Amino acid sequence: MRLDQLPLHRQSRIASIDWDGLSPREARRLRELGFDDGVAVEALHRGAFKGPLACRVGRMIVALRRGVAASVIVEPA
Amino acid sequence: MNPAPMVALVGNPNAGKSALFNALTGARQKVGNYPGVTVERKVGRMALDDGRPLELVDLPGTYSLDPQSPDEQVTRDVLFGRQEGERTPSALVVVVDATNLDNHLRFVLQLVALGLPTVVALNMIDMATRDGLEIDIPRLSAELGVPVVPTVAVRKRGLDELREALGRAVGGGGKAVFATGEPGELSRLQREARRIASAVTTQHRQTNFWTQRVDKVALHPVLGPILLGVLMFVMFQAVFSWSQIPIEWLASLQAWLGDQAVRHLPDSMLRSLLVEGVINGVGSVVAYLPQILVLFFFILLLEASGYMVRAAFLMDRLMSGVGLSGRAFIPLLSSFACAIPGIMATRSIDDQRDRLTTILIAPLMTCSARLPVYAVVIGAFIPAKKVVPGVGLQGLVLFCLYLAGILGSMLVAAVLKRTVTKGGGGGFMMEMPKYQMPVWRDVALGLWQRAYVFLRRAGTVILWVTIALWALTSFPKAPNGVKQSEYSIAGRIASGIEPIVRPVGFNHALALAIIPAMAAREVAVSALQTVYSIDSGDDEKLGQHRLATRLRAAWPLPTALAFLAWFVFAPQCLSTIAVIRRETNGWFWPAFTLVYLFALAWVAAGITFWTATALGL
Repeated sequence: MRLDQLPLHRQSRIASIDWDGLSPREARRLRELGFDDGVAVEALHRGAFKGPLACRVGRMIVALRRGVAASVIVEPA
Repeated sequence: MNPAPMVALVGNPNAGKSALFNALTGARQKVGNYPGVTVERKVGRMALDDGRPLELVDLPGTYSLDPQSPDEQVTRDVLFGRQEGERTPSALVVVVDATNLDNHLRFVLQLVALGLPTVVALNMIDMATRDGLEIDIPRLSAELGVPVVPTVAVRKRGLDELREALGRAVGGGGKAVFATGEPGELSRLQREARRIASAVTTQHRQTNFWTQRVDKVALHPVLGPILLGVLMFVMFQAVFSWSQIPIEWLASLQAWLGDQAVRHLPDSMLRSLLVEGVINGVGSVVAYLPQILVLFFFILLLEASGYMVRAAFLMDRLMSGVGLSGRAFIPLLSSFACAIPGIMATRSIDDQRDRLTTILIAPLMTCSARLPVYAVVIGAFIPAKKVVPGVGLQGLVLFCLYLAGILGSMLVAAVLKRTVTKGGGGGFMMEMPKYQMPVWRDVALGLWQRAYVFLRRAGTVILWVTIALWALTSFPKAPNGVKQSEYSIAGRIASGIEPIVRPVGFNHALALAIIPAMAAREVAVSALQTVYSIDSGDDEKLGQHRLATRLRAAWPLPTALAFLAWFVFAPQCLSTIAVIRRETNGWFWPAFTLVYLFALAWVAAGITFWTATALGL
């Protein structure tokens, strides 16, 4: 399942990230914010009208747009 | 004498770096800029326990040493001793959020690898305890190979221990060795960081963040925007209502100074310069200090509490509609106080094209300097009646002027993003820090710095402009029967401009007022005051009431409305243009801004004038 489709408050884990589908800038920022295979992730809030997504990654809360979240594949924790 | 050793404070954003910097240096700090780049340089002095002085440099908060933004470039250059105007640090203090070790340790590992003497400040250790995290500090220190000191910067805890560890580190000396990072390096460090974090952290219970509770409301798709709207409403209400009393104090101080000067000095050129130019000119600007401080108070509070990022989250969808990101919201909000700090705040936008667009539209936000102009004209021409109970017509007009600026800026952004600043699209990705109680000392320090910058501007730019304006309108002396405002140098310049602005309903006095408004918008009021008082001969005591009466007699209503519309868009002050030049490193964008804003102002004033005339107002 993709991170942008993940129901809220379901404990999950990052299975893989489609790094090639992201711009180099986006990929680096995503890495810096702690996105990586195997990291715990949970969707927390969704902005209205397809607005951004807030999710917990490790111990950090990160906001990102859904287009980027679509590159993150998650699996149940 | 050898200069004090320099110590650099480094860390991820939201690690509490600035709080630690303030706690270590107190008010002994200087804020400046690195040469050639638009990155703020904050330096403070501190003393070690044995009395040795240290110079502490607060580097911008960054996530890694890979230069992506100007901030990161400066951090890297300072650490490698390549930054112009900065010495190579003798030691590093790396600030780490104890509740977020998994992520922050990666940057620590990168920094430790530089080989400089390093001390890690394990900050916000109290929050970690509250969240049920126990951190094995000796083990962490052993894993990293550098001393680790637990601190709570906002409560000033752990500072003595930090100073002690720093004293030992500075003794050694060392030279940075730069190991080039290869792709995948970041992931390797990240894994290493996660391994260490989980090895040293014991989690006692599931963390129950306050943050999540608050975010349930603050980021709620329906309640969130409502809360943001209410906060903005309260903020703008407070800007007007809280500042009333201090503004009156300043006004009476100004009147008293003017009276004293009139009483004690003989009637002369000098007295006229002092009273009209200096006291009234500068005074009319300083009068807005309370409003600016109230606005900054709210902005600092929203930033320090962690809410600002939530506001950016909520606004991202809207901003993406015109091609910007939620990040642009913060600079644009600051621009309501003044475009200068707003434009400076765009430094946090890492995409250069988004940043440029934000800089270009920031002057369209109704800054507080436009308020005096709006206040005088609205007071003179818009009747103080109620539209519906509780909503006055004057307030409504003022609101519409703000709205016109916002809508105008969105329109301009949409056009710019499709033409000159096309491409880029940095997206929106940011860390949402935990909510925290703002530290009042830090808020007070921030307010003081803003007030200082504003007063320095009033004391220099605005002082000179008012003196120049006074001279230009006073000389040469008109012979009898000729109007001084037309005979003077300023009058002749205005006569040159008049043909351009006559189609949009501006008369000679207006043409004259918009020239000095280029230097500082609020001077337009004193310019009108000067023009109408110089002609009538009563130079010193023309109050705002009398000015309003004069304006009503001299301007038809369509002209007044056109003047308001003009001010929504046009005369950006020269300081703003200067800041745009500095932030974009060239003359092209400031020139572009000047031209497009003038064009927009002319069209807006024209449409207003022609419509109002056609409607027979």
